[in-house]
Amino acid sequence: MAALSRICVAGAGTIGSLFAAHLARVARVSVLVRREEHARMLNEHGLRVSGRADFTARLRASTDPAALAADLVIVACKANDLENVARRLSGHFAGATVMTTQNGLGAEEVVARNGDWPLLSSVTFMSGTKHLDTHVEYVLDTATWIGPYRGTTFDDAVSVAGLIERSGLRAEAFEDLRPAQWSKLIFNATVNGVAALTGLPHDRHFAEPPLGDLVRALMDEGKAVAPAFADDPWEMNVLASRRGHAHRPSMLEDVEARRPTEVELINGSLVREARACDARAPLQEALYALVKGKEASYS
Amino acid sequence: MRICIVGCGAVGSLFAANLAQLDEVEVWAYDTSDAHVDAINAHGLRLSGAGEVVGRLRATTSAAELPPCDFGIVATKAMHTSAAVAATAHAFAGGYAATVQNGLGNEEAIAEHVERVIRGTTFPAGKLLAPGHVQWDVKGETTFGPFANTPLEAVRQLADACTRAGMPAHAVEDARGPQWRKVIFNASTNPIGALTGLTHGRVCERPDLRALVSALVDEGKAVAAAQGIDLDADPEALIDHAAKPGVAYDHKASMLQDIEAGRQTEIDYLNGGIARFGREHGVPTPLNEAIWALVKGVEASW
Repeated sequence: MAALSRICVAGAGTIGSLFAAHLARVARVSVLVRREEHARMLNEHGLRVSGRADFTARLRASTDPAALAADLVIVACKANDLENVARRLSGHFAGATVMTTQNGLGAEEVVARNGDWPLLSSVTFMSGTKHLDTHVEYVLDTATWIGPYRGTTFDDAVSVAGLIERSGLRAEAFEDLRPAQWSKLIFNATVNGVAALTGLPHDRHFAEPPLGDLVRALMDEGKAVAPAFADDPWEMNVLASRRGHAHRPSMLEDVEARRPTEVELINGSLVREARACDARAPLQEALYALVKGKEASYS
Repeated sequence: MRICIVGCGAVGSLFAANLAQLDEVEVWAYDTSDAHVDAINAHGLRLSGAGEVVGRLRATTSAAELPPCDFGIVATKAMHTSAAVAATAHAFAGGYAATVQNGLGNEEAIAEHVERVIRGTTFPAGKLLAPGHVQWDVKGETTFGPFANTPLEAVRQLADACTRAGMPAHAVEDARGPQWRKVIFNASTNPIGALTGLTHGRVCERPDLRALVSALVDEGKAVAAAQGIDLDADPEALIDHAAKPGVAYDHKASMLQDIEAGRQTEIDYLNGGIARFGREHGVPTPLNEAIWALVKGVEASW
């Protein structure tokens, strides 16, 4: 992998904005966005971070991938936009390594179909709130986990994790990311789905009866489907639900704003994996069907 | 014959106003709403819609005023059973208290305060339009049966009075069949509408949700079978019938209306009741427990 002096972040939602602003402190950062107005605002005003950090980053933004060059491309769009963003990357960024960050399973395959870049995969647990195109609040300083995927090595993952750490975010490299991805998938499918249906932020109810019993049963189903998992999703849940600040999972925010959710990529991935290996996951099936029903109720 | 309606909401009012038409029945109503009670005492209790009725009866918010009654008809929301019956039980010390409420566990809750209890399930429905005035939406039948040692003869007396008053009712040896049929129907459809925001018809036309409804029905049927209960009709057939355009395709489940209004739901007595009876009889009900926990989560979010 080449030296990591130029980073391009594709997609500047909350996660993309957090990566771009922090990395701009240790590398030359560009941002690939969809809207001209978004690019113009970032070029004129920079990108402000508040919350756990407080600074304004200078970076270059564009809607044209041909105008940007990079050693590392971090694909940070939502899973729902991944097909589109991956197509836009196609034919560009020769020589770069591309890293996915999406929730769910299979983001790497989508990107792999659109180019022969070396690929890293990652899952990120950090969270924030994007207040403006030019202002993101850094809320949870939990880590991004990185592992090799195609044409990359553990050392490449270590290099990228080191760069992210130097930028002020937290990161860790793994020899094999799949177990960690499964931990996060089980955690996400359960916590997001339950939050979206109940209207509860991720608070103590998720770890206490009666709702905690359901959360545990959902996670047990997920663990039975997973070929391997790293951290126990239930323990991740107990820890996260005890934070003083109750996090509002993105799927809850989505249903409250009557936006499409990531249910297909998160809960759908889990349920499809269960079906593929003939595992029974009736509670996860129910959660998946109910959230899709909720989306259907918008219209 | 003296009958007291305990909880004079929509369903209680249908019984109260109709029974008040009978010369041989003296009707009382106990309710916690001052405005409703005052309106009933001043102008009578008026039903409109499926039937135009004005019933003259005595209404009170003070349980101490109730005279001894031959029958009580408990029609509160299920979560208010214990409080309402504890307050009024003295009136039924020499009589019987019947339930026409939704869900499971009402008979047991009443039996903690009243010695002789009558099980009941009713299908008529309405809504309170204003104090003293109820919209009668749907006519329908009521089934009564003995609970514990209550004699069937007493059940017949109550059913006959209701039938003569225009609220057709049957007395049967075992009223658990219609009760469980209604509970399984409600528990399998109501919370799905409530959690998703979809009408009954739209729930049923989504294959994944319709499969979930069936899985909930199957759990409920297994719990009923373990108790030797014969359902008087297949809930699946009722669910499909209700999903037809012109029947209840566009019906917003009452639990969805409760959730939208931030009111406590009857989930403890529907899916919660099926899960509880399931535990008692060794029948697993993981999906009913899941739905119960999700709706409890919704209530906790307020």
